[in-house]
Amino acid sequence: MSTVSMTVNGKAVSADVEDRTLLVDYIREHLRLTGTHVGCDTSQCGTCVIHVDGKAVKSCSMLAAAAEGAEVTTIEGVANGDLHPMQRAFNDNHGLQCGFCTPGMIMSGIDMVNRYKAEGRTLDEAAIRHELEGNICRCTGYHNIVKSIAQAASEM
Amino acid sequence: MSEGIGAPVKRKEDKRFITGKGKYTDDIRMENQTYAAFVRSPHAHAEIKGIETSAAEGMSGVIAVLDGAQLTGDGIGNLICGWAISSKDGSPMNMGAWSALATERVRYVGDAVAVVIAESKDEAQAAAEAVEVSYNELPVAANIAAALAEGAPEIHENAPGNVIYDWELGDGDAAEAALAGAAHVTEMDITNNRLAPNAMEPRSAVATYDDAEDHYTLYSTSQNPHVARLVLSAFYQVAPEHKLRVIAPDVGGGFGSKIYIYPEEIVCLWASMKTRRSVKWTAERTESFLTDAHGRDHVTKARMGFDADGRIVGFKVSTRANFGAYMSLFSSAVPTYLYATLLSGTYDIPAIHCEVLACYTNTVPVDAYRGAGRPEASFVVERLVETAAREMGKDPAELRRVNFVKEFPYQTQVTMNYDSGDFEGNMNQAMEAADWSGFAVRKAEAANRGKLRGIGMACYIEACGIAPSAAVGSLGAGVGLWESAEVRVNPVGTIEVLTGSHSHGQGHETTFAQVVAERFGVPLDSIQIVHGDTDKVQFGMGTYGSRSGPVGISAIVKACDKVEVKVRKIAAHLLERNPDELVMEDSQVKVPGTNKALGWHEVGLAAYTAHNLPAGMEPGLKEGAFYDPENFTFPMGCFIAEVEIDPGTGKTDVVKFVASDDFGVIINPMIVEGQVHGGIAQGVGQALLEEMVYDDGGQPVSGSYMDYTMPRAEDVPSFVVEHHNTRCATNPLGIKGCGEAGAIGSPPAVINAITDAIGNNDISMPATSAKVWAAIQASGTGIAAE
Repeated sequence: MSTVSMTVNGKAVSADVEDRTLLVDYIREHLRLTGTHVGCDTSQCGTCVIHVDGKAVKSCSMLAAAAEGAEVTTIEGVANGDLHPMQRAFNDNHGLQCGFCTPGMIMSGIDMVNRYKAEGRTLDEAAIRHELEGNICRCTGYHNIVKSIAQAASEM
Repeated sequence: MSEGIGAPVKRKEDKRFITGKGKYTDDIRMENQTYAAFVRSPHAHAEIKGIETSAAEGMSGVIAVLDGAQLTGDGIGNLICGWAISSKDGSPMNMGAWSALATERVRYVGDAVAVVIAESKDEAQAAAEAVEVSYNELPVAANIAAALAEGAPEIHENAPGNVIYDWELGDGDAAEAALAGAAHVTEMDITNNRLAPNAMEPRSAVATYDDAEDHYTLYSTSQNPHVARLVLSAFYQVAPEHKLRVIAPDVGGGFGSKIYIYPEEIVCLWASMKTRRSVKWTAERTESFLTDAHGRDHVTKARMGFDADGRIVGFKVSTRANFGAYMSLFSSAVPTYLYATLLSGTYDIPAIHCEVLACYTNTVPVDAYRGAGRPEASFVVERLVETAAREMGKDPAELRRVNFVKEFPYQTQVTMNYDSGDFEGNMNQAMEAADWSGFAVRKAEAANRGKLRGIGMACYIEACGIAPSAAVGSLGAGVGLWESAEVRVNPVGTIEVLTGSHSHGQGHETTFAQVVAERFGVPLDSIQIVHGDTDKVQFGMGTYGSRSGPVGISAIVKACDKVEVKVRKIAAHLLERNPDELVMEDSQVKVPGTNKALGWHEVGLAAYTAHNLPAGMEPGLKEGAFYDPENFTFPMGCFIAEVEIDPGTGKTDVVKFVASDDFGVIINPMIVEGQVHGGIAQGVGQALLEEMVYDDGGQPVSGSYMDYTMPRAEDVPSFVVEHHNTRCATNPLGIKGCGEAGAIGSPPAVINAITDAIGNNDISMPATSAKVWAAIQASGTGIAAE
């Protein structure tokens, strides 16, 4: 057992967790923030993507203890009151169907737009598709997810 | 109307999903909840010699370790297949016993043997690993050829030679005679690869037993909670139907795999009664690969005969279908009534015969997966037609044009009666959108870049709107396939629609509301769709086979008809006019051409206050309906794929994909196009990437996302999706259904494009880079291109 403290969605949280506890399990089971999902056991699917210190991370591939002192944002914390432009873009473009991969897609989408903007690179369709390597969707065929991220990129 | 039928309304249900507030089964936590972990067979086929549980029982947090002897001792029944198919000789299918926890023998890797119930997931898993099962390994039949070979190991005692049934449809003599007289016969061996459905949400169940009420509640990742309750009650004897509530909350995709009632749900319910605690189980992805029903897995020989003008004269098909180790709920219907009945394709074929031999193997059960039988039929028909065109030196589009069914209704030789369509219209639209005539230029341009470019077409047809109850009953179905709806107008005029359909991504909360909004002239926001809870919704059959539009919405329309009659009577009474004079629009019931009108909410209130109703009228404004379809519906379309292949590596890129579909009347084109996009990606996945592989010993080789290639965003292009719709003639709104089309038409289109590009027709799915590269070497096209 270790005591871990971090900031999640702007709120300071602290808990005793087993050393083996994954960050995703801490978020889902301890904090009961169930918007972050688990869709595989090999770090491929990307339904668990969150932001740790401003960077997209698969929360299934990080221990809760490793997030000590970190600034964590989950899907529940991306918007300030109203919807984040990335969330709105997914609704505008029918970028989701069953919704299970959606939080991870939105978190990856925000991260990729931020990175490309910071680096002054253009996030075109080919780049979006390439960047989505780590996020699997079984419903949408990615067509409208790509459109959603492109729209948000023009608005963010 | 901007919110009514035909409007691309944004989805009402999106907000909870994009904000992380969706409620899936694994998000539910009951008070005092425990966790189940299953002990699964590591062997594909073995006798269980003994199960030693004492070490596990002594471990931290363990509440109970339960096995099959206790399960059967408590009277829990075997899993069943609900569709009885008879062999050619009239004998019934050979259904082997399937206990939710194996008792004497395990028959596939992953077969559940015991379950540990513990205070935490980690403790349950640790104890499950400490359960010692001793096995006596048996010889394995891991695929169709091994199962049907002379001297193959017998998987079920009551299925000699591992044969489940040997079935046929159509006129064999007529087909054989037609082929004998044909000017040209195309003959092919075709394999339809085995797929894992891979809904992104793994299956999950949370079961609670209330001993004071002797009542069970099951939260489950189900596409059809009422069917789950019926089967759990009537066949598995877990609980009587009135003492069991099944709730399917937000469900993260299904694609068929969540139709069936699996051992895990049965065991969680039973264990909750044994332990008097809530029991939760959620599959890990590896467990999904090991236990979710797989799809396809056919091996087929087919011969198609043509006359000198290119008209199809006869078609003979012989298919062997792998059912896995046990017969899953719908399994028997898939290679028969959902497959052989579609073998006329979009063509006028005067003689067709199909025989299907279904067999057991030591693999996970195989059942319906997006398209279910229809992708297999479409693949056989469209690969043969394309190949025949090449063999005869005819243009593949023109060969299809000559053979299309052109007049409706059209009775096929394999029972289906097509009600409507304009097959040429869809082909013309797709060819134009794909710039078919400009392909030669693009091919030459690609060759300059060292790439092999190919174009392929497929004209699929499918049967949706499953299904007329009397018809399927006569064919062996254990249930009717109608749908139900209840429309409740509240005293304040808001509306609740209770539907037996279930939405797990299809957007019913939006499209169903659009239908009702248009019907009554009320705002979309005043309508709530209720589904997925057996305590709230009247019995319903659920969502699969693209049936929610043609059958589910039809039931809602029928209930709306009854509500409308009553609304008109009440309003006419209050306005002192004739019911037929009134119109419903702008949230009012109006007398046209006058200023006489009642607010919609005033009619609702009048119905419930009942102070001034027509003489003899019951209070309230709520009507229910059961809609039984009079025929299947027949969505069809033409898909055109264009691929570029690197001859040095065999890597195939789908560079363009055009779909022209006929879905009948469309409620929400945005949602319909989304369904097509997803289906095409699954079909491209089947064609290029996906295969569930077992080795000869029955060990799954592709049991994780490290090994099973899911289509990623870079594996598919943006799609061009167009519509050329003809109204369905057999349901009230003219809807045909759209959920599976994309997955049905795309595999043959992609493979036809690849074989066109490389000049070698001998390639099987998935057409991986290695296979394509080898085929290029065999045909020599790679060298020519370089």
